Amino acid sequence: MNQSDPYHLARHAGEQLYHFHGGLRLRHNKKMSCETPVEKAALATRYYVPLLQHSGQQAEPLVSAGQHVLKGDVLGCFSQLGSGYIHAPTSGTVTAIALHPNSHPSGKDGRCVVIKPDGLDQWTELDPLSDWQHAEPGQLVDIIRKKGIVGLGGAVFPTDFKVSEASERGIHTLVLNGSECEPYISCDEMLMREQPDSIVLGARILQKAIGANRTVIAIEDQMGVVDQALSAAVKRSDANDIDVVKVTTIYPEGGEKQLIKVLTGLEVPSGGRPTDLGILCQNVATATAVARAVTEGKPLIERIVTVTGNGVRRPRNLLAQIGLPISNLVDQCGGYSQGAARLVLGGPMMGYALSTDANPVVKAANCILVLTENDIRPAQPEMPCIRCGECARVCPALLLPQSLQAAIRNELWDDTADLGLADCIECGCCDFVCPSHIPLVEWFRFGKSSLHALNRERELASKARERFEAREARLVKIKQDRKHRIERKKKALQEGKGRQEKIAAAVERVRVKQEKET
Amino acid sequence: MLTAIISITLLGSLFGLGLGWAARKFRVEEDPVVESINAILPQTQCGQCNYPGCKPYAEAIAVGEADINQCPPGGDAGIKALADLLGVEALPLNPDNGEEKPKTVAVIDEKTCIGCTLCIQACPVDAILGASKQMHTVIAAECTGCDLCLPPCPVDCIEMVTQGPPAGEWSWPHPANALEMGVS
Repeated sequence: MNQSDPYHLARHAGEQLYHFHGGLRLRHNKKMSCETPVEKAALATRYYVPLLQHSGQQAEPLVSAGQHVLKGDVLGCFSQLGSGYIHAPTSGTVTAIALHPNSHPSGKDGRCVVIKPDGLDQWTELDPLSDWQHAEPGQLVDIIRKKGIVGLGGAVFPTDFKVSEASERGIHTLVLNGSECEPYISCDEMLMREQPDSIVLGARILQKAIGANRTVIAIEDQMGVVDQALSAAVKRSDANDIDVVKVTTIYPEGGEKQLIKVLTGLEVPSGGRPTDLGILCQNVATATAVARAVTEGKPLIERIVTVTGNGVRRPRNLLAQIGLPISNLVDQCGGYSQGAARLVLGGPMMGYALSTDANPVVKAANCILVLTENDIRPAQPEMPCIRCGECARVCPALLLPQSLQAAIRNELWDDTADLGLADCIECGCCDFVCPSHIPLVEWFRFGKSSLHALNRERELASKARERFEAREARLVKIKQDRKHRIERKKKALQEGKGRQEKIAAAVERVRVKQEKET
Repeated sequence: MLTAIISITLLGSLFGLGLGWAARKFRVEEDPVVESINAILPQTQCGQCNYPGCKPYAEAIAVGEADINQCPPGGDAGIKALADLLGVEALPLNPDNGEEKPKTVAVIDEKTCIGCTLCIQACPVDAILGASKQMHTVIAAECTGCDLCLPPCPVDCIEMVTQGPPAGEWSWPHPANALEMGVS
């Protein structure tokens, strides 16, 4: 590999800043939730811990109704790739494993472990690793998996999988993503302000686990206090391989591929991963979860959630346990204000509306946004595309949303793959600027689901074809073998010397046998 | 005159030899059209098209012996894809061949199975496992839902079960239906 190879160029991440294509400058609306420090959420009367907290397969429950659990006990373990361990958020009794509204884009009920807390909030026996500096990377990955750590930036991809893949592929730079670009959301900002030491510790553990040489913590240029707090924490830790880099706030800069473009000027290849450039990207909250899991032995059972919007009386950030009903969080923030109209999980661009506030907090829940009638754009009828090209201008993935949507609408699945449907990050920029109010992201999500199903079908068909052809070939061979055998026998009988003697001998054998029997 | 006849004859035989050689050298083992058609067919191998498998049906379509609307598992989408490939008009599915149904998987009632191996012989994709006088079972991931194991079973212990998407998996709805699904 030479020095102009992207893998080597990416070593200079953060030394110079670049721009990514498109994006939007949005009003931040973050201030309202940043005025008070993070508050611990009060204990609820019931916790509903979903067994499915992300796309993929749900976890297998390991507890049963009536069982007493301590805070941090394992409730469910992963059965397949994409699912992970889940743990008890508090001590108490499991009352049921039942269907309950789940915080999932499908809006469907999901299986939840229902826990009635005993009020003691008693920890299970913890197993901290005191000298992580001397631990093997495999050991750290194992802890990350068993403590149920997933990416807390939104995609909730299992962190252990990402880390072990990264350590195999050779990583030089760890990027901690603190550029929380979506309006209203401020949980990462508050975390960086209040727990910078924990983030730095997490960075050092992750760096050790993947074998990277340095860490870049990317924050937004508008987070003034954060910069000071993080820089001071880096200084305190005596680490000389951690840099804090301020990037300009443009939505969706917090997207993994966009952030890497800004830091390195390089693009993650289509269908590739940041590891192709020798970079591993993790959210800052994931880093603190790793630090807590390794040095304190605590599993991921709580996260900072921003409860905000004009629809709540006292917006703020809460440290909430997984499984806590969202209504409890809203109550702690003074309840709904007059005119609250829509409850959204996530931000205004990428979040999805919830039908009820009985939904529990999940690992992916970074923000609970309550919008009022005034905040919501009035529903407008969808008009035909006028080919203005605005969507292509703002697309951070350099796609052609209008062509892509047309291909999906006409079910030209091979075309959608060629147009890069898989590279869409569903940021919603195209939706936002479309003058014809075409729900482009909905089309792309539908297209991705359909393409996935189609590919699976094709895979099954090709497997069936192989098996069918193998069977046909086998049947033909058996038939031929039998034919050959019969022919050989016939030939032997006709041509064989002493044919008459052989027959006489056989008749004699039978006679002797019959005599013996009688 | 004679020169002309000789030279034309010579040229003719030369070209003939060249063509003959090329025909042997670049011979295509199989009709590529058959392969393209076969790639569209669902590979259920159910025989509802009246041919003993998807490939024989593909060959029959290629030579113009069969219509493109005889494959119920492929459904309307399959017919449309075939029409696009062959440049003909799409036809509605021929009801004589059956109707489009959701994908099913065979399940053997293990208590009733007598181990006769008849279903194993009938399965076109070797998706049934078992031996004589031993209990049989279906490898669900390999089963195409062709129904061919049903008629030979002497004790009627095979049932076709409709198969939904894998547990926990969920697909985003078509945008036209999004509001009904409660998605913003």
